[in-house]
Amino acid sequence: MTSTTQPTDPLYNPKMRPIIDKIIEDSIDLDGGLMVVLNNLQSKIGYLSAPMQEYVAEALSIPVSKVHGVVSFYSFFTTVPRGKHVIKFCIGTACYVGGINQLIDKAKQVIGIEPGQTTSDGMITLEICRCVGACSQAPVVVVDEVINGRVKSSKFEKIVQNVLKEEAAA
Amino acid sequence: MAYYRSTILVSMDPICIEKGAIQIKEQIIEELKLQKIQDEVEILDIPRIGDPETEGPDILVYPEGSHYIALTTESVRPLVVEHFIKGRELKQYSARMRDLMDEEVREPKEKEVRVILENIGKIDPRNIEDYIAVDGYQALAKVLTEMTPQEVIQTILDSKLRGRGGAGFPAGLKWKFAHQAPGSPKYMVCNADEGDPGAFMNRKVLEGDPHSVIEGMVIGAYAVGSNQGYVYCRAEYPIAVSTLNIAIKQAKEYGLLGKNIMGTDFTFDLEVRMGAGAFVCGEETALIASIEGSRGEPRVRPPFPATKGLWGKPTNINNVETYANVPKIIHRGLDWYTSLGSEKSKGTKTFALAGDVSHTGLIEVPFGMTLREIIFDIGGGIKGGKGYKAVQTGGPMGGCLPTKYLDLAVDYETLGAAGSIMGSGGMVVMDEDTCMVDIARFFMEFTQEESCGKCVPCRVGTRRILEILERICAGEGIPEDIPMLRSLCDEIKQDSLCGLGQGAPNPVVSTLTHFLDEYEAHIYEKRCPAKVCRNLISYHITDNCTGCTVCARNCPVSAITGERKLLHVIDQDVCIRCGICYQVCNFDAVEVN
Repeated sequence: MTSTTQPTDPLYNPKMRPIIDKIIEDSIDLDGGLMVVLNNLQSKIGYLSAPMQEYVAEALSIPVSKVHGVVSFYSFFTTVPRGKHVIKFCIGTACYVGGINQLIDKAKQVIGIEPGQTTSDGMITLEICRCVGACSQAPVVVVDEVINGRVKSSKFEKIVQNVLKEEAAA
Repeated sequence: MAYYRSTILVSMDPICIEKGAIQIKEQIIEELKLQKIQDEVEILDIPRIGDPETEGPDILVYPEGSHYIALTTESVRPLVVEHFIKGRELKQYSARMRDLMDEEVREPKEKEVRVILENIGKIDPRNIEDYIAVDGYQALAKVLTEMTPQEVIQTILDSKLRGRGGAGFPAGLKWKFAHQAPGSPKYMVCNADEGDPGAFMNRKVLEGDPHSVIEGMVIGAYAVGSNQGYVYCRAEYPIAVSTLNIAIKQAKEYGLLGKNIMGTDFTFDLEVRMGAGAFVCGEETALIASIEGSRGEPRVRPPFPATKGLWGKPTNINNVETYANVPKIIHRGLDWYTSLGSEKSKGTKTFALAGDVSHTGLIEVPFGMTLREIIFDIGGGIKGGKGYKAVQTGGPMGGCLPTKYLDLAVDYETLGAAGSIMGSGGMVVMDEDTCMVDIARFFMEFTQEESCGKCVPCRVGTRRILEILERICAGEGIPEDIPMLRSLCDEIKQDSLCGLGQGAPNPVVSTLTHFLDEYEAHIYEKRCPAKVCRNLISYHITDNCTGCTVCARNCPVSAITGERKLLHVIDQDVCIRCGICYQVCNFDAVEVN
């Protein structure tokens, strides 16, 4: 991993750096603290850039290779920034039987990107995710943290419109 | 001093005030005067009751402890009349009643026996006193003051409580091993990494009755001789994590966790650790690796965690539901517990009913109930009056059971003998429109993706099986595929390191056994009997078409053309066979061939 100093990296952002330092400081003495630090960084900063991984390795005195190994192992950790809003499609068994694939097709039509991609304006990222445990409401689409159940293709369009509307109002 | 028969506490949170709390309070005073009971009811302001955003404005009425939420000025009159004159809780605004209407946990059906789910929706999970009021922490008190660790272990052994995570290993035996293992410190771990798609029992227990799990863990820790515990919860369950953290904090404040529990010299601390989206971390050795802050890769057993677990120390790992059973067994006694269930599997099991069944949601039944009773009597049968095809139990490591197994009495042994597993308790019901080859492919896609990659049979084998299944679903299957699948399944089952690899072939094996005709239809006739596999079907518009244009507007690839009020046509070269037109058509004018 090469250390490319990008001015946009959260590590060099004066607003984010204190957050990163606080997260590391809080868990530095914890047994097995690496997972805790990475989980918190992922949720507060949004992703784990290469410089951030190196920084964590240094602070916790563990090899960068190990940090990167852990980051790449777990699907919750991402190494690239995601869109402002994340729409996740649950592909658990109940949602699969309930027709989540048709919603993914619909999403490609409405938003123009595939799962794993982010719109060019950085507004929406589409993702697929493992069962969120809301199987009685299948098929389920998770918008940011909110679970939308029994989504049909018409309802999905409304969900996307709401995201964009809120964004326009903000 | 004035005597009041009731006290109303009104939340005066700024957000509640903004939403009209003051007007509501005035209205309550008016209504009480109207009923001439203004001298019997005291009204007090308090800073905050529930979450003002979602529940405000809200009031609490004592001595009943009724919490009324999302009130409006119009709601005050019926509330005063119902509660204070008729003495009934006004269901519409009662927080407790609203929770009960939660669609994930319905009112129990006739055949259900609720033990683990008993308190869910009835107590406030964020208030420890609610749990204490339903005899919570009584079992812990009994254990700490009247029983030796050996007696606790013996009780759990005698109860025949088996691990609810899926394998069904006797919990008492695990505790005994961890108790006897040399070395210290010892650790207690709760496996809340409920990764099976289609299963959400543990989530609901953690969100609805977290103290039952904590109490079970403290009792276990006392038996094993551990002073530190971890709950490993998957990252997909943020609400469960926050509820659990609140519960742990309150238990510490009440002296039920931490130093000198209940004034004894027993100390036990508990911490929540979060996963990060890796299914394999439900395997105990992988889970341990993940808590240690490493990649969640399983290792060879033995040594088992009971002797060498977390940080190389003796560790006891049980599932959420296993721990939740413990206080009930101790508090209500062995006779009661062993009266529930089948001969080899005692007690009850929670299941998450999902898929094509009328009533989805959580249920709880004694072991030994038949699949037919569970799916048809409790689940209300197949949705939309369609035919039953199979039920998939045990998640991606489980199998699909067809009609002939409907009268199977469900427990660990019978499900295993039928080629499936108990697993953690997911039950996905499939109707006649489900393609079993496609379902096998779906599960293999899951296991292939979630295989940690440490051992070759699982890493490479699942990929090879997936490739074959994808080919069959695409209509490119060859006759040799079936024997090849069988031999791959055998090898992966035998040679894989952990339960994920050993169980991965189960969906393929069980569908090959029970639905071989569907595989053959795909391979020899290039036909998908359930009309699911995209490459083997085509959509056509029949004369029923009224030209309403709804299909054309919904088609994601604009493959449908036609003038308004005229017959529409699907361009087969453009069509991706997503089936949206079939779904949206109101006139049954789209057919599948």
